[in-house]
Amino acid sequence: MRITPLLVVALLAAACGAPAAESPETIKLIAHDSFAGAVDEETFAGFTDETGIEVEVIAAGDAGSMVNQAVLSKDNPLADVLFGVDDVFLSRALDEEIFVEHSSDLLHEVVNGLYDGNQFVTPIDFGDVCINYDKAWFEEAQLPVPTELDQLRAPVYASILTVEHPATSSPGLAFMLATIRDIGEGDDWLDFWADLKAGGVHVVPDWDTAYYSDFTRYGGDSAMVVSYASSPPAEVVFATEPLDEAPTGVIETGCYRQVEYAGILSGTEYPEAAADLIDFMLSVEFQETIPLNWFVFPANRNAELPEVFTENTTVPEFAGRFTPETVARDRDNWIDQWVAVMEG
Amino acid sequence: MLGVHDVSVAFGATTVLRSVNLTVADGETVAVLGPSGSGKSTLLRAIAGLVPVASGSVTWDGDDLAAIPTHLRDFGLMFQGYALFPHRDVAGNVGFGLEMAGASDGEVSKRVATALEWVGLSGFEERPVAELSGGEKQRVALARTLAPEPRLVMLDEPLGALDRALRERLVIDTRRVLRAREVTALIVTHDREEAAALSDRMALMRDGTIVQSGTLDELLAQPADEWVRDFLD
Amino acid sequence: MRSVRWGRLAVAAVPALFIGYFFLYPLTRILLLGLSEMSFGADSVEARLVRVGWFTLWQAAVSTLLTLVLAAPMTWAVSQFEFRGRRLATALVTVPFVLPTVVVGSAFVALGWSESVGAILAAHVFFNVAVVVRTVGTLWSRLDPDLHDAGRVLGASEWKVFRTITLPLLRPAIAAAASIVFLFTFTSFGVVLILGGFRYATLEVEIYRQAVTLFDIPLAATLAIIQLVGVTGALYAYTRYQERHASTWALRSDAARQQPVGPNRILVVLSVMFTLLMISIPIAVLVARSLRPGAYAGLFEDDRVVGVPISSAGNSLLFAVIASLIAVLIGVMAAAVITERGGRLSRWFDLTLMLPLGTSAVTIGFGFIVALDWPVDLRASFWLVPIAHALVAVPFVVRTTVPTLRSIPGETREAARVLGASPWRVWREIDLPIMSRAALVGAAFAFVVSLGEFGATAFVARPNTATMPVMIYRLLSRPGSGSLAMAMALSVVLLGLTALVVLWIDRLQFGEIGAF
Repeated sequence: MRITPLLVVALLAAACGAPAAESPETIKLIAHDSFAGAVDEETFAGFTDETGIEVEVIAAGDAGSMVNQAVLSKDNPLADVLFGVDDVFLSRALDEEIFVEHSSDLLHEVVNGLYDGNQFVTPIDFGDVCINYDKAWFEEAQLPVPTELDQLRAPVYASILTVEHPATSSPGLAFMLATIRDIGEGDDWLDFWADLKAGGVHVVPDWDTAYYSDFTRYGGDSAMVVSYASSPPAEVVFATEPLDEAPTGVIETGCYRQVEYAGILSGTEYPEAAADLIDFMLSVEFQETIPLNWFVFPANRNAELPEVFTENTTVPEFAGRFTPETVARDRDNWIDQWVAVMEG
Repeated sequence: MLGVHDVSVAFGATTVLRSVNLTVADGETVAVLGPSGSGKSTLLRAIAGLVPVASGSVTWDGDDLAAIPTHLRDFGLMFQGYALFPHRDVAGNVGFGLEMAGASDGEVSKRVATALEWVGLSGFEERPVAELSGGEKQRVALARTLAPEPRLVMLDEPLGALDRALRERLVIDTRRVLRAREVTALIVTHDREEAAALSDRMALMRDGTIVQSGTLDELLAQPADEWVRDFLD
Repeated sequence: MRSVRWGRLAVAAVPALFIGYFFLYPLTRILLLGLSEMSFGADSVEARLVRVGWFTLWQAAVSTLLTLVLAAPMTWAVSQFEFRGRRLATALVTVPFVLPTVVVGSAFVALGWSESVGAILAAHVFFNVAVVVRTVGTLWSRLDPDLHDAGRVLGASEWKVFRTITLPLLRPAIAAAASIVFLFTFTSFGVVLILGGFRYATLEVEIYRQAVTLFDIPLAATLAIIQLVGVTGALYAYTRYQERHASTWALRSDAARQQPVGPNRILVVLSVMFTLLMISIPIAVLVARSLRPGAYAGLFEDDRVVGVPISSAGNSLLFAVIASLIAVLIGVMAAAVITERGGRLSRWFDLTLMLPLGTSAVTIGFGFIVALDWPVDLRASFWLVPIAHALVAVPFVVRTTVPTLRSIPGETREAARVLGASPWRVWREIDLPIMSRAALVGAAFAFVVSLGEFGATAFVARPNTATMPVMIYRLLSRPGSGSLAMAMALSVVLLGLTALVVLWIDRLQFGEIGAF
């Protein structure tokens, strides 16, 4: 009977509904699979040390699947923070108002061209989709590596190029956008693709088919594939036998920058802790772990790149990109036109 | 005339039949009598061509049947468990052999009716076999075996699964049917009375070989050994 | 008698609640949500949809037919004969079933089979041979061999016996296998995406594209309903067919497989070799690509990015055990209800249980997100993954146990009743032992389905635990010779693990036969 008063207090506290604790024990981060896959105990250790808050990561498939899940659950969000929405899906997320505003103090440290004044999401990393080439193959063939997109129109190059389908692959879409940006809207870019088709360009549905089945480095017939600027350092890091230098190189024109953002999900009970987590992700401490974990580039320009990156690739000069609104508006139409040229 | 000459059958390392010799003359009914596990069923299967013969030969009128596959031997075999086709009705079962022989639909139904008449099941054509009683199943199986009028009819424990009263009645019926058609028949049974009632002559089988053959009287008068005497007793 | 009725109700309630809460409720919620914003697309969209719908149906029908035909020789050999390596061969054909589509797709592409209908059909056969070998083989091995012999003696050639006796008797199992293969291929996603490119899309691929890439949830919902209607139609036809042809046949325990003799020896060898060759070509590509120095050792080392790859095997096994336990529990209860009740209600119950197999993974995944936060928030919970696996696995358990239960003659149960057994005891002493073997075949499938499942889990928010297919996918989506070699090595490990599990379950089965 002695415990009764305690029990009453406990029940009362429960009945009143304790006000949302200022700092929760755990904060939930929903992310796409490729981010979640590289998370381990150390990823957010710095954040936990600083704030005492653990970070629980929820994996949610690919970026598109994740954004849709966030939209579908916006009345009762699955997590407090979402990471990994890119330009393609950003406008959907913004239209559905799944984020609350947050303006990080570190935004002024962000690499130029990543931040467009949007108050709802914070850029965390970026990656450039670029054509990669097989160094050994070009050396043996004694063929100069192309330096301009226009050179690809020649069958000698078009026939050894593999691209991903823009409707089924994110780098495929990015490369198509690059051609629209660089060659020109209207009929110009479609003529370019018509030339590529005539020259024998190879189209595959996804990145791993392009890279691991078509690329000459893996026994295929294409010495050039659409991949990422970070692929050559990854070749060095993930080689079966140690390599002195990357066996592949990056063609620095015709690249398209993809940015990944984080945002606070509206409906979170802990907006402050969520904001802290986003600020942590933009801090130099976290940003410097980005290249070797996710093989993309840090958004914070003060973060130093590891040696394997500086030696084997460069960050291509930023050549501009379409706004999320433009991508959302015109993408279907562009893909339809592309399909009409390539599969017609 | 059926001839079985020095036939041996082995399953892997086990020898099931050892140098079996047996003849059945045209129009004659021979019973192979022996305890269960003595190889009687295997003998019928070897004659039918369902199990390969390791050595020796099976002949019909002197011609070796080794190269003739089962379905071209024109032998009938009634299985111990009857093996009625569950997805076909009575007519579908009885007429199966005739269909295989390429008889016309009209011919098949006429001969099915006749065969059912032989076994006293006229009008059973459209009955599902699952609904038949044990005795009816036996008679359908018999009719199915006889309907194509094979040159040799083999019956494997034809009455084995039935109760005593039914057996006594069906023994008479079966003998009547066989006699009336003057078929050449080989019957396998473990029951001495059944063998005696159905056959002209019997062969005693033990451990995969024929120990002695002759009419029941001959066997009783001069048993080849102790075992034969005890078994017939 | 009152307690008996309550017991029956409980047995029916568990699977009904399971399928209701984890399938029908989320499905209804997501479809209503999609349709509330309904709008009809342009004519060009409609033209594409008609093409997609037609292709979906066509390729599923052809894939099913091809699988049935190509699996027949192997099914005959392993169900009719005992020979050295029979168990291993049976286990090996099951193996493709678990391979993540991305891995098989890349093997096919490496062989130069891509962007063609032929490649899609070949991959579908590759994946589904096991369904036919196992489902049809189980019944075939239990057909009384005297029926075959009786046909032969009555003058039927081997081919005629097959056509007039064996085939009609196998019809229920063939229909069951065909229905599963049809559903699998009707809703095929990964294979079609990788090998079909953009040109050949199934409804499933189109639902994904519309919902995830183009955000057209209303159109995706419309497609999901079209898909659901198609699947329900096929299933309805199937259950009607099953009922018309249900009968109690004398089955035997299959302990009596004979060694093949004479010409059969060669035929058995040829049949088995044919199928093994068919499935081993893509697997050989896998193995060859995994044979790089350090690839297998690398699976046990801490990769700087994905952690220790082999640890995903533990996660996969755990999920698979939970999923198959759920599937067997639900499936066996459901089978009991379906066989006991009969009639229209049981037909619809049976059909509903099959539906998850033919429902798009995107639809189920998104349905979970919309619906499963009440009464307990299960979204992103650990349990959602095995439950999603079990939803897909239950039909296997039901399909394998129902025919066996139906084959038990009513007299057998009545005999037990007369001997004083309560309905529960009758079930325990008669139904359970007889169906346990079939249930184990179902469990094997459930286990293997769960081991290899990737589609559904890709659309379910979940804790950050990587299963083997997820790990393979992660390795395969980054550059580097080591990444490729390790992804292939992990696929080979997944293959090996599957083969072992299937072999082990087959042994269990064998023990059960001795028991009745």
